[in-house]
Amino acid sequence: MGLLAAKRDIVQQLQKEVLSLQQSKKPVVDKPLNIGLGELLSAFPNKTFPTGTVHEFISPNIEYAAATNGFICGLLDQLMLQKGPCLWISTRRTIYPPALKLFGIDPERIIFIDLERPKQVLWAIEEGLKCEDISVVIGELSELGFTESRRLQLAVESSNVTGFIHRYQPRSENTVACTTRWMIKPVSSITGDMPGVGFPRWEVQLVKVRNGKPGSWQFEWRGGQFHSIAPQRFSIIKNQRLKTG
Amino acid sequence: MAKRYVAIWFRHLVTDWMIRRRPELKGVPFVLAAPERGRMVVRSASAEAQAKGIYPNMVVADCKAILPSLQVLDDIPGQDDKLLNALTEWCIRYTPIVALDLPDGLILDASGCSHLWGGEQAYLKDMINRLSGFGYHVRAAMADTAGTAWAISRFGQITPIIKSDRQLDALLPLPPAALRLEPVILERLNKLGLHTIGSFIRMPRTALRRRFGQILLQKLDQALGQEMESILPVRPIEPYQERLPCLEPIRTATGIEIALQQLVEKLCERLEKEDKGLRRCVFKGYRIDGNIQQIDIGTNRPSRNVKHLSKLFENKIVQIEPDLGIELFILEAPIVEDLTSAQDALWNSTTASDNRAVAELLDRIAGKTGMDTIRRYLPNESYWPERAAKLATSLQEKPTTEWRIDMPRPVNLLPKPELIDVTVQMPDYPPMLFKYKGKLHNISKADGPERIEQEWWLRNGHYRDYYCVEDNDGARYWLFRLGPYTGNEPKWFLHGFFA
Repeated sequence: MGLLAAKRDIVQQLQKEVLSLQQSKKPVVDKPLNIGLGELLSAFPNKTFPTGTVHEFISPNIEYAAATNGFICGLLDQLMLQKGPCLWISTRRTIYPPALKLFGIDPERIIFIDLERPKQVLWAIEEGLKCEDISVVIGELSELGFTESRRLQLAVESSNVTGFIHRYQPRSENTVACTTRWMIKPVSSITGDMPGVGFPRWEVQLVKVRNGKPGSWQFEWRGGQFHSIAPQRFSIIKNQRLKTG
Repeated sequence: MAKRYVAIWFRHLVTDWMIRRRPELKGVPFVLAAPERGRMVVRSASAEAQAKGIYPNMVVADCKAILPSLQVLDDIPGQDDKLLNALTEWCIRYTPIVALDLPDGLILDASGCSHLWGGEQAYLKDMINRLSGFGYHVRAAMADTAGTAWAISRFGQITPIIKSDRQLDALLPLPPAALRLEPVILERLNKLGLHTIGSFIRMPRTALRRRFGQILLQKLDQALGQEMESILPVRPIEPYQERLPCLEPIRTATGIEIALQQLVEKLCERLEKEDKGLRRCVFKGYRIDGNIQQIDIGTNRPSRNVKHLSKLFENKIVQIEPDLGIELFILEAPIVEDLTSAQDALWNSTTASDNRAVAELLDRIAGKTGMDTIRRYLPNESYWPERAAKLATSLQEKPTTEWRIDMPRPVNLLPKPELIDVTVQMPDYPPMLFKYKGKLHNISKADGPERIEQEWWLRNGHYRDYYCVEDNDGARYWLFRLGPYTGNEPKWFLHGFFA
């Protein structure tokens, strides 16, 4: 037993060293974010949601994109508490500002920048990521090359701004230098016996995460925060539905 | 040193200006009139018209009866103020302290100025000659007090220059109106047969106060110089402009950059002193061949940050064509707004970090891609989804009303609702399935309808019945049916996507 424990210690020690080597600086955690992602956080190194990096979201169709926007808005709520305003940069923006209030965000604190060409979007995202007084930069574009993603990552490392790159229908899921790659899929809401549509529910897939464990979780947005749906409970509900249906 | 004041009276201010602008009116009796209580009333009458017995505040119809050939022109509201202000600024050549004396005069504090014109006589003469040269009928007078100067300029008969300490003698033969009194007091004096100042000035002060109030005594004292009267000098606003002449024509980009840097620093220094910030800035280069090269920038909020402004100009310097060289640089700030050093942060309700950096970032983006690409939304009081948000005009603007959160709204809204094919079981029921972009969606859950009517005062059109629906795959949509079921099948649209 003693040998095993020692081994675990050594592995943990080594992991920490590797982490500090791989990240040019340690993520600044002044206050741990109360994001409410529960189980999902264990997928990240140090069990904290990585702020001050670039996250990549991939949406193969418009339904996924809406779910992704919802998930991002859920995260924004907490991220924007800490710092200044948020930039939302896009070429074809379909986000509907009044809906953001339902996610607890003041829509007037978000600055929308509507540009014509993807190149301008990339430039604006990079400029935004360099500005320390901005909390989050959300960029909507389809194609992102490795070189460009590396530039964004470098911009973020000195300013500690969080970037979300939302790629809608990318031609290929190429390798990028982002910390994570997410895919958010809408899932049927659970209403029990009640009629109507329930709370928004998503299957959150962490496809890639640097130094962490990828996985898949289910979350529901209820009462202004995420609620993790345990897999077993989820399956029970499924069974119940099968019985009743 | 004794104070000396000059009072100038423009007897026909607006009409004289009108003649100056339209010389054909010279020698013609005319009036400027404006409607008042359903009839035209004379606002100002020209010298010729006044000679014929036509005065301001008469009804135009009466004037026409007196003088059928009278020309009636429209009055320009506020023109007299504008003219008088311009004249005040012009008069600064005579003394640095010039005050407006509404409605038709100026008061100049001429203490110690007249010797530059070689005596008071020449001083006053020069003033009157020049103003008459412009075409204005003026009367001017000089005295130790503003009150006496005013009185002599309006009512004086003998000499316009009252020697030091001779106010009393000058005032004695003048009517009481020369004391700038209210009509009520003047009428009371008239009733008592006191037609000149001399007839009551020696009366006991208590008696005067009891009958006519403190104001008469105050005006008397001011005219005689026993009580100080302060005048409010106008201070013309210096334009926010900096100049940099060059000894030799500048032709290189580096030279232009240095010039710009210097000018921006000078301008920002002044803005700093006055607690202002510029919103727009123009940089001009006067070329030796007479051509003017110019570039301009705009900012999202007032700024006086040298580094930031230079950076905004930096990208545009290439647009300047120096050609043979530029001999004069001018930097102008046509739009300047207040900017206190500790201006409140607007959106940072939780943190105190100043958002200057953000504004500067936005300026950079706007400079590259255009001002209209940056948008911020405020709640608008409208149920109609497309009109529920309005654009904010500035970064500082705060919402005046609350955002509505009582009804579900989709995260993504299509800019234009898209037509879909639906199958509906029963009228007023949510659809069973719909086809969007060639794909069939089976609806498993639905909420609704939420009826939203067009605002008839804005636009005509059918109402919309909105349904939130979820299909078998778990995707959530916002659909609506346009208008009622009457005769032909109503149209269905897809308008948004829920998260």
